[in-house]
Amino acid sequence: MKVGVVVFPGTNCDRDTVAAVEAVGHVADLLWHASTDPLPAYDAIVLPGGFAHGDALRAGAIARFSPIMPRVVEFAHSGRPVLGICNGFQVLVECGLLPGALLRNDSLQFRSEWVHCRVEAPVWGLQPGAVLRMPIAHGMGNYFPDPEAPSVEVALRYCDPSGRVTAAANPNGSWDNVAGIASGNVFGLMPHPERAISDVLGSRDGLYIFEALTRALVAV
Amino acid sequence: MSGFLARVYVSPRASVRDPEGSTILDGLHQLGFSSVEIVRAGRYFEIVLEADSGHIAEEQVDLMCRKLLANPVIEDYRFDLQVESSVE
Repeated sequence: MKVGVVVFPGTNCDRDTVAAVEAVGHVADLLWHASTDPLPAYDAIVLPGGFAHGDALRAGAIARFSPIMPRVVEFAHSGRPVLGICNGFQVLVECGLLPGALLRNDSLQFRSEWVHCRVEAPVWGLQPGAVLRMPIAHGMGNYFPDPEAPSVEVALRYCDPSGRVTAAANPNGSWDNVAGIASGNVFGLMPHPERAISDVLGSRDGLYIFEALTRALVAV
Repeated sequence: MSGFLARVYVSPRASVRDPEGSTILDGLHQLGFSSVEIVRAGRYFEIVLEADSGHIAEEQVDLMCRKLLANPVIEDYRFDLQVESSVE
């Protein structure tokens, strides 16, 4: 199966994401944001992390006008899986595929550190209660729900190593400790699973997210 | 056609926490401005455009705010419009 990994000007996690897709036994292509080619050749699309268009105006606000984005939205509406990681999550929120907004971290600091998060919903076959250790690296990961949107499916919450959701475990002030949300076949998360795919990197827990993406591919 | 200058102010909604504003408030207090009660930090844009009438310019700027300049989930906006010059 084939995964498309979108590259915007300023994206910097694209190759790591390809490596993660390959680590779970699939093939990935990099897709330049200016492409207007249709995407039917792909089974899933990943919007990786980075700083698309330098985060001008708001993170993700300009990326949503990239020529490839209407195709990504069409792809998502066709029911196939779309995963947004960090900046990719911000793009999904700005383009309306996921509800809410991502505000500046309440500390005003860019936070680059390891976190734990607990699976809250069986998105793509993830096991609720599982605790994953993955890195974060963001300045705008403070999730704020849209009061007018239908209730959001919280997929991941920041927690302590034992799985307790505490204020101390929340690195950015995110509403309800939200680290990731899903809406149907679209899943966005702030932590970087592609940076946690081998013991050498400090954790293999990120593979669990990419394995889930694989299950989503099979399910389509 | 006339030229217009729009001054657009985008600010966090009252229901949204504004850590940047709170930090600036702390800074002002440390400088001795103890009377300051609230600071909200937002963005300011100056947009020069041409339109057939003030009404049309207003509609255009409003659309710009809703579609790009402000994120309606977390931000409010307002703007004023001033005639810059008359062209042909």
